[in-house]
Amino acid sequence: MNLDELLSRESFTELGARARARVLLDEGSMRELIGPFDRLSSPWLAQQGVVTQADDGVVVARGRIDGQSAVVLAIEGAYQGGSMGEVGGAKIAGALELAAEDNRRGIPTRAVILFETGGVRLQEANLGLAAIAEIHAAIVDLRRYQPVIGISAGPVGCFGGMSIAAALCSYLIVTREARLGLNGPQVIEQEAGIEEYDSRDRPFIWSMTGGEQRWHSCLVDAYLDDSVAAISDQVRAFLLQGVPAQHRSDRYEAFLASLARVDTTQQARPDVVRAIYQEGLQA
Amino acid sequence: MTNRVESSRGAAWLAALTPRGDVLPGYPAAVRVVDGELGGAPARFIAVVPDAENAFPRARKGEVGLVEGWALARAVRECMAADAAGVIRRPIVAVIDVTSQAYGRREEAYGIHQALAGAAAAYADARLAGHPVIGLIVGKAMSGALLAHGYQANRLIALDDPRVMVHAMGKAAAARVTLRSVEQLEALAETIPPMAYDIRSFDTLGILWRLLPVAQADQPGGEDLERVQACLLAALVDIRDDSTPDLSSRLGQPARQLSSQVRTRLRAGWEAHG
Repeated sequence: MNLDELLSRESFTELGARARARVLLDEGSMRELIGPFDRLSSPWLAQQGVVTQADDGVVVARGRIDGQSAVVLAIEGAYQGGSMGEVGGAKIAGALELAAEDNRRGIPTRAVILFETGGVRLQEANLGLAAIAEIHAAIVDLRRYQPVIGISAGPVGCFGGMSIAAALCSYLIVTREARLGLNGPQVIEQEAGIEEYDSRDRPFIWSMTGGEQRWHSCLVDAYLDDSVAAISDQVRAFLLQGVPAQHRSDRYEAFLASLARVDTTQQARPDVVRAIYQEGLQA
Repeated sequence: MTNRVESSRGAAWLAALTPRGDVLPGYPAAVRVVDGELGGAPARFIAVVPDAENAFPRARKGEVGLVEGWALARAVRECMAADAAGVIRRPIVAVIDVTSQAYGRREEAYGIHQALAGAAAAYADARLAGHPVIGLIVGKAMSGALLAHGYQANRLIALDDPRVMVHAMGKAAAARVTLRSVEQLEALAETIPPMAYDIRSFDTLGILWRLLPVAQADQPGGEDLERVQACLLAALVDIRDDSTPDLSSRLGQPARQLSSQVRTRLRAGWEAHG
């Protein structure tokens, strides 16, 4: 990208969840379901004296993409770290369930999920975990009919049970700013010690879980500039490709064969991960 | 077929439920797959057990790690493939006693999130394909490990025992992330059911199909074993009577009323774009 392109580019990551959903849908087609004026917020946070938000941090945007029925589910990373509670989780799961139902009666509704989330909202612990299991179930159901597209653009990234949801998507798009991993750095440090994982070492964290590393390790499907146009075009291109012949989550043979080649006596290194997965997964 | 050294509660229940089945060869030691019987018909039983020799050092205590996640996917998908041409879809029973997902540098680097997705997708696809999938929680059912091994089941059954628990994160880490002390966290769990760690609080959420009393959760046998077997069979009948292979049987309890309310409202507003 040259300087002119850089200056004229519209950033995706600088947009909030609602605006991100809007730019992905066909112009003028967005209609929000259970929006902030419905005031469906978390009763569990209120009980604990935590400030609630009227949409519980999840935007359900109905509309069209290239003229076809679609729903965009956008998590607001700026609210409670994009954490999944009962209401926000049910919004995502419920919308995906309806999209699958549409497909069963001949309406080819597709879904795009914007992952900016640390995973389960610990103040709603088991209800968040249950909702995430339902999101997993709904993605696996829907992706039989239409591609489910995940995007993690940053700055929060995608962790916890929601990183599993991202890994279930038909196609996953990341930017340089995104991080994608199961366990948050603080949690690994707490559980395994600072020698294992130093949560304050940001270059180290990105070298392991950043978007660029995930791209070179064949764990995502597109690595893009932080640009509305680039991301929007890629979403449309993936929708045109349709359901992949095999989802990444179903490639147990290739992954098991790759892991068998890992020298587990050594600590993991980003360059080795890339080499092993490029050889094992690109075939 | 006997002489198994049972390294965990999960391993003990797996063995007790499959007295005439052998552990299938070719799987990693931490993932035990047994083709046994349920009500006189074939069923596949799967458990994750501790493996002190695990090549991945952060997955030696019964955690679900990289290899375990993908091996679970294999155990389920091979069962699906074997039944695909026939009429009968074998039941799959996940015997659940999983301390957590594996926390480590190797795990993150090689994409443990993708491995757990592999397992979750396999169980979900099996359920959608008509395999009755039952999750039997006999010990810990923690976080990502449960998402990979059991949470996609049609029906969840748990033993009513103090060491049986379902939760999103261990107490110390949960306290750190939420900027609370462990004591504060425990106090909140007393009044906020979804935050509690014990299985009776979890049961109030309506996610379990049955909570089963047992006398000796560590030593499966006698009446306990009969009760669990009867419950597995009842779950099988309930699943086969159910026309929907989804997770909707977990909704409807007052403690989760918003989960239902959100879906009702989404449905009401959905059509306009039809």
